[in-house]
Parts: sequence; C-alpha cells; structure tokens
Amino acid sequence: MALELVGSAPEQNDDLPLSIRGLTVSYGEKPAVFSVDVGFQPGQMTAIVGPNGAGKSTLLKAALGIVTPLSGQVRCHGRPLAEMRARIAYVPQRASVDWDFPARVLDVVLMGLYRDLGLLGRIRGQHRARAMECLARVGMDGFAARQIGQLSGGQQQRVFLARALAQGADLYLLDEPFAGVDAATEKAIITVLKDLKAEGATVVAVHHDLATVPDYFDRVFLINTTAIAEGPVADVFTPENLQTAYGGRLALAQMGGVAAG
Amino acid sequence: MGADFVMLSLTPLLIGIAAAVACALPGNFLLLRRQALIGDAISHVVLPGIVVAFLLTGVVAALPMMLGAGAAALVAVVLIEVIRRLGRIEPGAAMGVVFTAMFAGGVLLLEQSATSGVHLDVQHALYGNLESLIWLDGYGWAALLDPDALRALPPELPRMAAVMLGVVIFTGVMWRALVISTFDEGFARSMGLPVQALSLSLIVVAAIAAVAAFDAVGSIIVIAMFICPPAAARMMTNRMGAQVAWSVGFAVLSAVSGYVLAGYGPLWLGYDSAVSAAGMIATVSGVILGLAALAGPCRTGGDAQASGAFS
Repeated sequence: MALELVGSAPEQNDDLPLSIRGLTVSYGEKPAVFSVDVGFQPGQMTAIVGPNGAGKSTLLKAALGIVTPLSGQVRCHGRPLAEMRARIAYVPQRASVDWDFPARVLDVVLMGLYRDLGLLGRIRGQHRARAMECLARVGMDGFAARQIGQLSGGQQQRVFLARALAQGADLYLLDEPFAGVDAATEKAIITVLKDLKAEGATVVAVHHDLATVPDYFDRVFLINTTAIAEGPVADVFTPENLQTAYGGRLALAQMGGVAAG
Repeated sequence: MGADFVMLSLTPLLIGIAAAVACALPGNFLLLRRQALIGDAISHVVLPGIVVAFLLTGVVAALPMMLGAGAAALVAVVLIEVIRRLGRIEPGAAMGVVFTAMFAGGVLLLEQSATSGVHLDVQHALYGNLESLIWLDGYGWAALLDPDALRALPPELPRMAAVMLGVVIFTGVMWRALVISTFDEGFARSMGLPVQALSLSLIVVAAIAAVAAFDAVGSIIVIAMFICPPAAARMMTNRMGAQVAWSVGFAVLSAVSGYVLAGYGPLWLGYDSAVSAAGMIATVSGVILGLAALAGPCRTGGDAQASGAFS
C-alpha cells in the first residue's frame, strides 16, 4: 500500500498507536476526507463522531489501507502500516458483507487467525480453541456451528467482534459496532471493549449515538470531512463543537442529551 | 462396455467431465461474488479473438484460435475490472457492456473481412463437437497402456485435463485467501491480503477454463457449468468446502448422465437419432439446479434470519 509520503519528517505524535497526517480521500470530485490530522491515544477508547457522509468510515478504511488516499500518511506505533498489520484488528460495518455466505460462525472467527495460519497452515485444535474463547467472550460460544445467515443482527455483530478478538491485536478499529443491535448485544460489546481497554488496548470506534458517547468513551474525535476537534469527552464533546460538526442538522433533543451528559 | 465404449465414448466423457469440473470450481467463487455471468461474458468475447487470430494467421487451426480466444478473454477481464473500479459500476453491468461490445466487434470484423466466406460456424461455437472427439486408436481398455494408441488421443483431452488440474491446484492453494476475500473484502484488505490480485487471478483462471472448455465442448457447457452446479450446491449445504464438493459432484453427474442421455435417451423414447451431448449436459445441470431449488436442505439461508431475531 503506497500510503507513505517519502521523506516526511517525524513528529512528536509518531509513536501513537495510530496517527494520521494530511489525509485526503476522494471517491469522486468531492473529497470524503480532507486534510485530516489526528492521533489516537494509547489505552483509550475514542469515538469518531460526525454527521452522515462526514467521512468517518472512510477515515477508518484509509487508516487500514482499504481505500487508497489521494495524499496523507498513516503510521501505527511510529511505523508504516504494512509492518504493523498484525497489531491491528478491524470490525467492518455489519451490512458490508453478504450474510448468506456459506460459512458457520466458527469459520468466520477462524478468518481472524489468517495471519497466524497463512495460506496453507492447517487449522489445529489450538486454533479452534482460541476461536471458541473469542466467541465465549462475546457470549456466542453456543452458536459456533450456526450458519451465519441464521443469526440476528446483534449476534452477527458479536461474531464480527469475536473475529477481531481472534486477530490478537492491541489496536481495535470498529465501524459502527452498535448500529442496529439489540440492547443485550450493545451491553455485551461495550463490556468487551472496556475489558480490552483494561488490558491496555487502544479502541477507536465510529459511533453514531451521541447520547452514549460520555458513558462509553474516554475521548472524542469530531469530523465533518475536515477534522473539527479531538480530545477528552469533557473538553471536546461540547454543544459548540457539535454545532460546528453537524451544522444545523443536529436535533435539539440530541443537543439536550449532550448537555445533560 | 468394451472396445466400442473406449473408442467412441471414453474420451468425450472424460473431456466433458474435465470441462465441467474446471468451470464449476471457479464458478463457486464467482457466484458468491455476484460475478457468475463472467462465463457467459468470456464465451462471447472469444469471438473477436478467434476472428483476429484467423486474420493474422490465415488458417483455421486450434492453437492460434485458442491463443486469440485467450487474449480476447484477458482483454475483456481487464476491461471489466477497469470499468468496475474506475466507473464504480455494478459488476454485472460492467460485464454486460464489455461482452456485448466485444461480441458485436467480432461480428463486424467477421462481416468486413474475408473470414465471412470461411467456415467459422455458430453451431460449433455453441455446442462444440463433443461426440466427434473420439479415440480411433482406442481398440479396448488395453489401449490405455499402449503408448502408440495414447499418442492418438484427441488433443483436447490432455489439454482439458491439464487445465482442470491447474484449476484444482489454484483453488486448493489459494483457498483460504479466496474464501476470506470473497466473504469480506474490506477485512481481507485490512489484514494485508492482495485482494485485487486475488480477484484478477480468479477471473484469469476462470477465463482459461472457459476458453479451453469452449474449444472442446462449446459455450453452452461453459455458461451452464459456471452457474448451475455451484448454485445447486449452495442449496445443499451451508459450508463453503462442502459447497465446492457438491458442485464438483453435480458437474460430474451432469457430464456423465448428460452424455449418456444424449446418446441413448432419444432411442429409449423411440426417436432414431441422438441429440447434442453438450446441450443435454447443460440441460441436466439445469434440472439438478431445479431439483435443488425445490428440495435442497439449505435453500432458505436468508429467510431464517427472521426466526433467529431474538438474541
């Protein structure tokens, strides 16, 4: 992936789990993400917040090398992305795949072990045991042999999280992990994410429910194509910043929730 | 089942089986990637390739035509990928644009050049000539151990067998990467898998299988085998490995029973001539697909979601 600009000077943010500089991504004529600089703090849970079409998912995808940016640099622990993939786990949007795919829950979680198994490595008992552990962490160990299309949306989301856990990373990038899931799943996922943080992992999640931001996250990154603010929830998650991010599009009720939170 | 069978039926059967399996294997992945029409596309775009090969060499021979067809298929594959990626067009539409344009170009070329007077007929392209691929030196089962007799095997057999072997090896070696990138392309990329190279190599392998099968057995089998056995197999199981195994089984079953039915079916029904083996093989694969759709145990993968929505 040609993410790196040659010969750019190191800066103080460079040893962060994930640092992004000068990132611009465009799908057509209009940039989805424009000239974004942001660093994500180690051992913290950061929410990426912004209106629809603000480039939240695009930012994650560019950070992972899934989309190729027009310009910009992504570094993981101060090193190029290509060298650090083993330390990054990714949970895509649930709707981005076809759940009719012929696979069982366990098969999907085993996909997270690809970096260990390689192209031809045999799946052994130890790999299955690890996949089952990951399923148990999200409360899905009773569903290992289910076809993935037979799961509810929340269960599918938990399977995706289990697959990310199997990657054995210390940086977790999640794209809308709470979108369209039931209350029990939301609780299960936040518990796992908080446990990961307690173990020292860094968690970055695209999040759309403003009301739960203060409860779930330590820090917030506000984005609307350009970066608006990044910092601790108490400092950055203010009505003024949200007004800047959302323009006139933010409902008063949501603002009230923010003020109360 | 003696000398007659070895001489007249063994090689067409083996070629039919090899062609069916070589197309069905990549068909499994193409179907799940919603690119199943690629077999259809390739069997159309080979026409300009064959015409150009004739214009360049001036002879109607197998090798230059295979090369021309292969080159045309590769051009089409690259064009489809380019249009899909750059134009952000749905894959089906990108294929439709490319294969109709190239097929039409082939027709124009054929009309405007001297080739129209030459014997490049449509029937051959559609049905192939499976029944004519007989082994005249196959005097009996012992001929299988006789080097002289083996040298006289129709060249389509070793060619198709080699292509099938190549497809099997590709599928086996790339299995895990193909499955992951077919299910979740974004996740595959996030782990550093060369997703674009994988999808291109899958299509190239499919193109090679299609061109080789087209030459041996015609485009009807190619189109049918890319889609019918994998689609029927999907309704028999919910596991990728099992699906591929079922699809190979269905492909072999279609080839064998289609060949036998074409040769003997009309006689049993009181007609006095056999029908096209390629047509019958494709028909049998369609019947298998129909039966799987009616009675397959896993034909309602998505519908079960409603009943499972409790969590």
